[in-house]
Amino acid sequence: MIEAIDITKFYGDFPAVTGLSFSVEQGEILGFLGPNGAGKSTTMKILTGFIPPSSGTAKIAGYDIVEQSLQARKHIGYLPETVPLYEDMTVSDYLSFMGQIRGMSSPQVKNRIDEVVQLCRLEEYKNTIIGKLSKGYRQRVGISQAILHEPDVLVLDEPTIGIDPIQVVETRQLIKDLGEDHTLILSSHILPEVSMICDRVIIIHEGQIVAVDDPTNLGTNLAGVERVELEVKGANREIMPALELISGVQVIERVPVTGGAYHRYHITVEMGKDLRHELATMVVNSGWELLKLQSLGMSLEEIFLRLTIEEEQLPSPTEEIS
Amino acid sequence: MTNLLAITLKETKAYFSTPSAYIVGTMFLVLTGVFFVFDVSKPFAEAGVRGLSDWASFFIVFLAPLITMKLLAEEQKLGTLELLLTSPVREWEVVLGKYLASLLMLLAIQSVTLYYVFMVYFFGNPDTGPVISAYIGLVLHGAAALAIGMLGSSLSGNQIVSAVVATAILLIFSFVNRVASLVDGAAAEFINALSFNERLSDFSKGVIDLSHVIYFLSIVAIFLFLSIRSLETRRWR
Repeated sequence: MIEAIDITKFYGDFPAVTGLSFSVEQGEILGFLGPNGAGKSTTMKILTGFIPPSSGTAKIAGYDIVEQSLQARKHIGYLPETVPLYEDMTVSDYLSFMGQIRGMSSPQVKNRIDEVVQLCRLEEYKNTIIGKLSKGYRQRVGISQAILHEPDVLVLDEPTIGIDPIQVVETRQLIKDLGEDHTLILSSHILPEVSMICDRVIIIHEGQIVAVDDPTNLGTNLAGVERVELEVKGANREIMPALELISGVQVIERVPVTGGAYHRYHITVEMGKDLRHELATMVVNSGWELLKLQSLGMSLEEIFLRLTIEEEQLPSPTEEIS
Repeated sequence: MTNLLAITLKETKAYFSTPSAYIVGTMFLVLTGVFFVFDVSKPFAEAGVRGLSDWASFFIVFLAPLITMKLLAEEQKLGTLELLLTSPVREWEVVLGKYLASLLMLLAIQSVTLYYVFMVYFFGNPDTGPVISAYIGLVLHGAAALAIGMLGSSLSGNQIVSAVVATAILLIFSFVNRVASLVDGAAAEFINALSFNERLSDFSKGVIDLSHVIYFLSIVAIFLFLSIRSLETRRWR
């Protein structure tokens, strides 16, 4: 349904995305995961035909986005990151305008607005001026216009950014429901969100794809990397070597503590291993006091760091053993 | 075609439902009204609309950019252009649709000045020919000014910048005939041919010269074309 072929986009001399190729099957939900400035929005703008790629192309429902732009655009529903809306129109006027410019007839638009407004739970706000709506409701209006013309492909750029947690949950559910009868691409920089909604995830960093995986694998392969925080009362020069001896420990990072007679360590352990038991036993057996032992999740930034470290050998953490 | 109409309708509604257009319209009517009163109350005033149409054309230089400034600039600033242009809509439909809405707005404002014409007929016995030609000139000049305003609006996401750029272009086209007196020969003729004011004075005298009509319509076509190109190139920047 969506096929990107070697897309490259330069802004001046700066490569925003380089050599991006991927495809999305009909009915699939693809997540685009990456930190800010990774090239997610640029990719979405290219796929929707707003900006042309510097080289390469993409096909939406079989239509080339450059050569057959108008045809391709008919099959797309798009929600840009900033949720641009006409502030001084009412919700229903706005939706009816968006429907018309997508070639829907008046009665068609009218029926469809009722459906969409109900689906996005906007019934009460149908005749409200958009400028008076809160961020969460604006987001719903944005999604409404994207699905209004029943497009085959939905492109949602950061659909849950800047709305409150309750609305985030609702919006995610809505997107999941939409994924049942649309081909959907969504971008995000929140890992749990992507793994919750998507069938497949592309991780993008500095304009390049660094990993493609399904979210469960992503969970074990990447997020599953254990990091443990350990606080111990004892002599650092004895603790460090003892920690290094435990098999499965990869990196030990000593974190400075202010105003406490104890030491704090962040320990990275081998993928899929839980060393908390071994750590606790070792500390207690050595006669030190165990103050804290906590498993730390792997943040998205750390995943990126890890993914890119393997390729580039970024500066290593303070103390490292392999 | 339906896209074009949808855009024109949306923008026309926006004009009539927001205060800015009413403010601009009121300003125009107050200013032309004041000068109309001066014009008809001087000794030996003639029963005609010549003074009115001259002043109206002068004020349009400043008012047309105020009418058009938001049309494309606001879309760029809010980012709504992104949704508009990722819909199956062509750039020319956007530009022309919005232009037609601004033209309707201007015609609505100008039509209120017909009240002054009514007064002239009520109290005097004007020659109808020059009245008609003056209004044809006014509409043509307004149409050209709005097209220049469209270009200004397409160039920037900032409405003030858009209006200033358009006003500057309009001032050049209006008063370039002053420069003609400094040079002579073919250069002077060329400069005079470019000038709006030279041609407008013919209209207010009662002359409808076909070349003037074609000139103003060409200005409309050229500047709308440039606006469309400007919108297209925004994607490539």
